[in-house]
Amino acid sequence: MKRRPSAFFWVLVVLLTLLVIVPLLWMVVTSIKTVGESQADPPTLIPQDPSGRAFGEVLTTGGQNPVLRWALNSFAAATLHAALVVVVASMAGYALARMEFRFKNFIFSFILLTLFIPGFVFLMPNYLLMDNLGWLDTLWALVVPGAAGAFGVFFMRQFFLAIPKELEEVALIDGANAWTIFTRIILPNAKPALATLTVLSFLANWNDFVWPLFVLFSPERLTLPAGLSLLQGAYTTDYPVIMAGATVAAVPVLILYVFVQRYVIEGVARSGIKG
Amino acid sequence: MRGYGRATPYLFLAPYLALFLLFVVGPAVFGLWMSLHDWDFQLPGKPFVGLQNYKDLFDPLSATAEPFWHGMRATGIFTVASVPFLVAVPLGLAVLLNRKFPGRTFFRAVYFAPYVLGVAVIGLMFRYILDTTFGILNAFLGVFGISEIGWTTEQPWAFVALVAVTVWWTAGFNAIIYLAGLQDIPAEQYEAAELDGASTWQQFRHVTLPGLRPVTVFIVVITLLASANMFGQALLITQGGPGDTTTTALMVITDTGFSQFRMGQAAAMSYLLAICLAIVALVVFRLMKERKS
Repeated sequence: MKRRPSAFFWVLVVLLTLLVIVPLLWMVVTSIKTVGESQADPPTLIPQDPSGRAFGEVLTTGGQNPVLRWALNSFAAATLHAALVVVVASMAGYALARMEFRFKNFIFSFILLTLFIPGFVFLMPNYLLMDNLGWLDTLWALVVPGAAGAFGVFFMRQFFLAIPKELEEVALIDGANAWTIFTRIILPNAKPALATLTVLSFLANWNDFVWPLFVLFSPERLTLPAGLSLLQGAYTTDYPVIMAGATVAAVPVLILYVFVQRYVIEGVARSGIKG
Repeated sequence: MRGYGRATPYLFLAPYLALFLLFVVGPAVFGLWMSLHDWDFQLPGKPFVGLQNYKDLFDPLSATAEPFWHGMRATGIFTVASVPFLVAVPLGLAVLLNRKFPGRTFFRAVYFAPYVLGVAVIGLMFRYILDTTFGILNAFLGVFGISEIGWTTEQPWAFVALVAVTVWWTAGFNAIIYLAGLQDIPAEQYEAAELDGASTWQQFRHVTLPGLRPVTVFIVVITLLASANMFGQALLITQGGPGDTTTTALMVITDTGFSQFRMGQAAAMSYLLAICLAIVALVVFRLMKERKS
C-alpha cells in the first residue's frame, strides 16, 4: 500500500485515461469532417478538409432540428427541476432529520422504499397523469414529476443529521421560530450539500432520455437527448451532423463538470453510505 | 428542547409529500388498476378485464406474449452479462484510485467523466465508433489483422458491444461508491495484516473484500435496477437488432403502451418485470448476506 507506484501502474492509469478521452475526441474530430471523409476506410485521424458545415446544419436549420432550441429547453427544464428538488427536499429532509413527530419513521421508511422501485413502473400511469393535467408536451412534465424522487430527501436528511444541535439551540434561546432557524441557520450551513444536490439533479434531468422521449412531441419543445435521437433518425449516415449534435449536448455538461466535479463526486460517494 | 408547534414538521414535509403522493404513490397504485383494464389510450371505454392482461403474457398463443418474453430475454442476457463487469471493473478502478499518487484527483475526475454524459450522447457516439464499415474500432482492430466485426449487426457481438459501452459509461459511478467504501476500512486492519505477513493479494482478499461487502450489496442492487431499465443504448446503438435480439423489455413496454396505445397491457408488463426484478434482487441479497456468516 505504501510502495511508490510502479511503471506498470502509470501505464495502466494513462491507458484508462486514453480510453475515456479517445471516443470523445473522435466525436469532436468527426463533427468537422465532410460526409465523405467520415466514411473513409481507413479513417483519417486528422480532418483533411475541416469544415463547420455540420455545426452550421445543426445550429441553423430552424424548423426541423432546432438543436439550439433543444439546448435551451434542456437548460430551462434542468434548472427549474434542480431548484424545485432543492427546495422541497431540503425542507422535508430537515423535518425528518431534526424534528420529532408521529409516523416519522414510517414516513421515512416508506419514502426510502420507493428508491428501489424501478422507474418503468411509473411510465404509463404518469403519462396518463400528464395528459390529465394538460402537461403533455410541456416543460412541466419534465420539471415536476421527477422532483418526487426519494434521493434528494434521503441525501439532505443525511446531511442535516450531521449538523451540530447547538446551532439550533442558541437560536431557540433567542426566540427564533422553526422557519427562521431553517432559513437563517440550517440552510447557510448546508451550502455544500445544497450545491451537490443542485448539480446532481441538474445533470440527471439534463441527461434524462426515456421520459422526455415519450411526453414531448413537438420538434421545438424537445430536450437535447430526445432531439438527438430524432437527429440520428433524420441524418442516418451523415455522421458529421450527428456528431456535431452530440458535441453540442456533451460540451456544456463537460465544461460544467470541470468546475463542479468535486461536488458531483462527493455527492455520488455519499449516496453509497448506507449499506 | 422543542421550539416548534405540533403542525410544523408536517408543514415542512407538505410540499414534498404532495409531490410524492401525486407522482409516486398514486401512479404506483393507478398503474396496478390500469393493468386490470383494457386501457386503450385512444378509446373512451376502458373495460375491466381482471387478470387477462397478465394471463395473456403467459399464453403462447396471444400476440403479446412472444415480444414480451423476447424482451425479457434480451434484458435478462444484458443484465447477467453486464452486472459482473459493472461490479468488478469499478472495484479495480477504486483500488487503483485509492493509492496515493500525483494527479489522483485529476484521474478520478477523468474516469468518472463519461457518467455525466447522457445515454443519448453515448449512444450516438458509439453507434459511429462501432460501425462495421466506417467505425474506428474495426479500423483499429484491422491493424492487428482482425477482420471486420458486426458490433451492431451480429450476435453475440451486439451484446458484447452494449455491455462494453455500458461499462465505459457507468464504471466511474460505481467506482466512486467503492472508493468511499475503501476509505471507510480502518488503516489498522491493513497494518495488522501486514504484521501477520500477509501479501498484497492476501490483504485484498481478507481485509478489503470483507470490508467492502455492504457497499458491494448496495452496488449490485442499484446496478441490477439500472440494467433492468436498459433502453437508450439498445435503441440508439443496435436499434434492437439484429432481429429483435437486443429489443429490451423496456423497449417492448414503451412500444406496447405508446405506439400501440395498449397501456393496460404495458402496465401489466411493467409490474411483471418489476416482480421478476424484486425476486432476483432478493435472491442476490440473501446470497450475499449468507456468505457473511
